[in-house]
Amino acid sequence: MENFEPVIVAFCCHYCAYTAADMAGSQRLPYPSNVKIIRVPCSGKVDALHITKAFEKGADGVYVAGCLDGDCHFKNGNDKAAKLVTYVQNYLEEIGLEPERLEMVRISAGMGDRFALIATEITEKIRKLGPSPIKTVAA
Amino acid sequence: MITAERKPLEEIIEYIKPYKRILLLGCNECVTVCAAGGRKEVGLLASGLQLAMLKSGSSIEIREHTLERQCDPEYVEELVPMIGSEEAILSMACGCGVQQLATRFKDKPVFPALNTKFMGGSLSQGVWDERCKGCGDCLLGLTGGICPIAKCAKQLMNGPCGGSTDGKCEISDDVECAWQLIWNRLKALGQEDRFLDIMPAKDWRSGGGGGPRKIIREDLAE
Repeated sequence: MENFEPVIVAFCCHYCAYTAADMAGSQRLPYPSNVKIIRVPCSGKVDALHITKAFEKGADGVYVAGCLDGDCHFKNGNDKAAKLVTYVQNYLEEIGLEPERLEMVRISAGMGDRFALIATEITEKIRKLGPSPIKTVAA
Repeated sequence: MITAERKPLEEIIEYIKPYKRILLLGCNECVTVCAAGGRKEVGLLASGLQLAMLKSGSSIEIREHTLERQCDPEYVEELVPMIGSEEAILSMACGCGVQQLATRFKDKPVFPALNTKFMGGSLSQGVWDERCKGCGDCLLGLTGGICPIAKCAKQLMNGPCGGSTDGKCEISDDVECAWQLIWNRLKALGQEDRFLDIMPAKDWRSGGGGGPRKIIREDLAE
């Protein structure tokens, strides 16, 4: 447990969070390598199945990163993503996984520092939660 | 369409617990439209079941498939060459589909993954409401296209009860009084006179009161 390094999947919107991750890189801001980024055309494109499959494949935590309120490139994909995340959190609870392992965050393209901060905070949160019970069983 | 909702995962797991290999079967018709049992929902349920099983330390092989329609024997027949080592079928169709499978595959246990709800329509994305009770003797032509059987909690036939206040039903502020809606509609159509026609007591034999119903079209039946 002491050496536990969580695997975290971040579904990042091309127009905001993904660019923010780039920005964090350009600014030489460190963030944990535990976070594996998957670029999506809009956070609203993320499907419940993408999230459950990530957990099935061994993720300890997942987050969906969309644009700030009212800033979605496709009008309201970020709000749809937020609703989806709540829906999947309830599903995870039914399955027997902690819903805290899934989160919705909002970042603008210019917020490299916020991207790095969120990546660090979520990594620490999942580290405290411990390994996903799915992975423990599978291993 | 026929609307449905997924059963709680716990109940579904209880059904399939004894089996190692199951067929999870969706339906491309009504339950796809109401986002309860189409191909997408089949995938999500399979993933959820897989996660729940892994968590409890057991394993299950889930084969996913979605039929064009589960309530027609022609489509169900497609499964015959497919079903082999699967020990049970978990159906994501409405009750009609589940029963079609149970009739065709007599040696396989068939379980429902959905609770079939009602015949309804879509109000807006993600919202469905009840529209028809299948009473077998449609009254909509007399009531301005609003059904007092499906929409009135008491299924009254001749105007509202005393529980109608400001257009709302006494059972909840979220429920509109069907007879208020009918009156508004008849008024808009200039057919207020219709309201005064007395409707006789309904014969419920056509609505299921006479036992299970069947339609036989002699020109089509073989």
